[in-house]
Amino acid sequence: MTGVLATVLLQSQSNETLDTLLGPMYWLLEQWAGLLSWVAREAGIEMLGYGFMQRGILVGLCIGVMAPLIGTFLVHRQLALIGDALAHTAFAGVAVGLFLNAVIDLGVTPYLTAVVVAMIAALFIELISEVTDAYNDVSMAIVLSTGFALGTTLITINAGGMTVSVEQYLFGNLSTVTSQSAAILLVLFGIIVGMVALTRNQLLYVTFDETAARVSGIPVNWYNRIMVMLTALVVVGAMQIMGVILVAAMLVVPVAGASQVARSFNESLLVSIALAELSVILGIAVSYQIGATAGGVIVLCGVGIYAVAVAVGKLKTRYGDQEVPEMGSIDVGDDGAAGAMWTEEADGSDVVTDD
Amino acid sequence: MSSGSAATARETAGSPEQEAVIELRDVAFGYTATPVVEDVSLSIQNGEYVAVVGPNGSGKSTLMQLMLGLLEPGTGAARLFGEPAHSFDDGGRLGYVAQHASASKEMPITVREVVKMGRFPHVGFGRLSSRDWAIVDDALDTVGMSPFAARRITQLSGGQRQRAFIARALASEAELLVLDEPTVGVDVESVQAFYGLLESLNDRGITVLLIEHDLGAVTDNADRVVCLNREVYFDGPTAEFVESDALAHAFGTAANFLGDSE
Repeated sequence: MTGVLATVLLQSQSNETLDTLLGPMYWLLEQWAGLLSWVAREAGIEMLGYGFMQRGILVGLCIGVMAPLIGTFLVHRQLALIGDALAHTAFAGVAVGLFLNAVIDLGVTPYLTAVVVAMIAALFIELISEVTDAYNDVSMAIVLSTGFALGTTLITINAGGMTVSVEQYLFGNLSTVTSQSAAILLVLFGIIVGMVALTRNQLLYVTFDETAARVSGIPVNWYNRIMVMLTALVVVGAMQIMGVILVAAMLVVPVAGASQVARSFNESLLVSIALAELSVILGIAVSYQIGATAGGVIVLCGVGIYAVAVAVGKLKTRYGDQEVPEMGSIDVGDDGAAGAMWTEEADGSDVVTDD
Repeated sequence: MSSGSAATARETAGSPEQEAVIELRDVAFGYTATPVVEDVSLSIQNGEYVAVVGPNGSGKSTLMQLMLGLLEPGTGAARLFGEPAHSFDDGGRLGYVAQHASASKEMPITVREVVKMGRFPHVGFGRLSSRDWAIVDDALDTVGMSPFAARRITQLSGGQRQRAFIARALASEAELLVLDEPTVGVDVESVQAFYGLLESLNDRGITVLLIEHDLGAVTDNADRVVCLNREVYFDGPTAEFVESDALAHAFGTAANFLGDSE
């Protein structure tokens, strides 16, 4: 009896502490809800009037910023799969949370345990890559499988009733986004955007040219660790409505689309965020109309937008960038005044090109 | 720039009035029990134009990494601007240009954004000031890439791309420029222009260290040659290297080396 009482007290205390910490986020959520309710009334858009929709849309919009923000760095380092691996370990984290709640009645949201487990897995992947000197498919596949295996094992050990709630983590569910999990997502959003804003120079250098970054004095391993940790946070944040299985798509698809049309890195960041937001808004609206899971529809919209971006990119190359010379066909003498400087100084003697 | 200046510079190595840019003493390193380089001692002074040559697998790139502090010597000591190379943290003084193939990712990034990275060691977490941007544009101008500043780096030829990377080193106000086989895969005309640029930068006082297996490029351009095949076979003025038998010793026969391909 005392044990049960203590557990109940502990549970309510831990939730109270969390809610106190999340206070400012709840205030933001209220403002957001007020804004959308007003829009719903004024514009007569019924779906914006529901509380769950208001939270779902906010979470979706945050995902639309943070997923491509991190995804841009991952994709250009050929690390697109790391999101998938971390999503599956986050699933293990959810299972740990559900397990602890069932066994010792811990009373924490499984998203918090997912954050912890995914962060540990992220560090583990990074350490493997540091030891083996490369991110390799095999170690990532092992981490991915281990995460999912651990998740399914822990879940099936428990009472059958629990498996019902697992679906929402696998496929995501817009309508089950609670105020607390939306508030947690806002915190994650702040951390992710803040960290990228702070370390954008270093992340860009490491992404583009790791060796040169190392030579220039950037502690590359630290930035790689930051990168995978931020990825873990994005994955857990986005999991609520995207689900474990589809979460990686938000890291990759908008970025792939942006790469087709953007010329500069800054442009690709902005375009990928714009494409992701478009997917989210379209996806949520369509899923509401047809009564389908938001995550799946968002990804389908994203892929459709990607296909359009590929077509636009091809047209741009064909009609817009015709002045772009083929690789290796530049005559340095045609570069204008500066080019002339460089041919004048060129040593005309024979060069052995034995490679 | 005369070949004699390199020799003079070497003679003054270790003298208190002139700090060596790179100083290796009895350096050995191996990834396994078998050393990749061993017993390497050399000193590169400010303003020199040095080429490290050697056949494939001779330890050139490993030596370069030891010099830049990317690897720590198994035995011996490597110093960069007077500090232990491994803990050297003033990255702005170093410029690094890799084989152009290593930067051929399909990343959407403009030439100016690449050159901008040269300022990162100076600005840290901050934004580039107007002065930083002026340095970036000046570097682009020096290498003749201003007309291509807004172009995606993947749309450039190999030679142009390498010039962009030199500009990045210039933007960081590098005193030492290290190039690892920079002209592999670059067309012949661009190669000549590329070495012309290196020479003009060296004339401006930048120390140039060229890791190269293209002997023609080395003998035409560098003032001093270090010939490596695990250990140093020759270290001296280029003119002496051409006449020495170091080549035959280091490579087995010269003919073998010239016929070698990457």
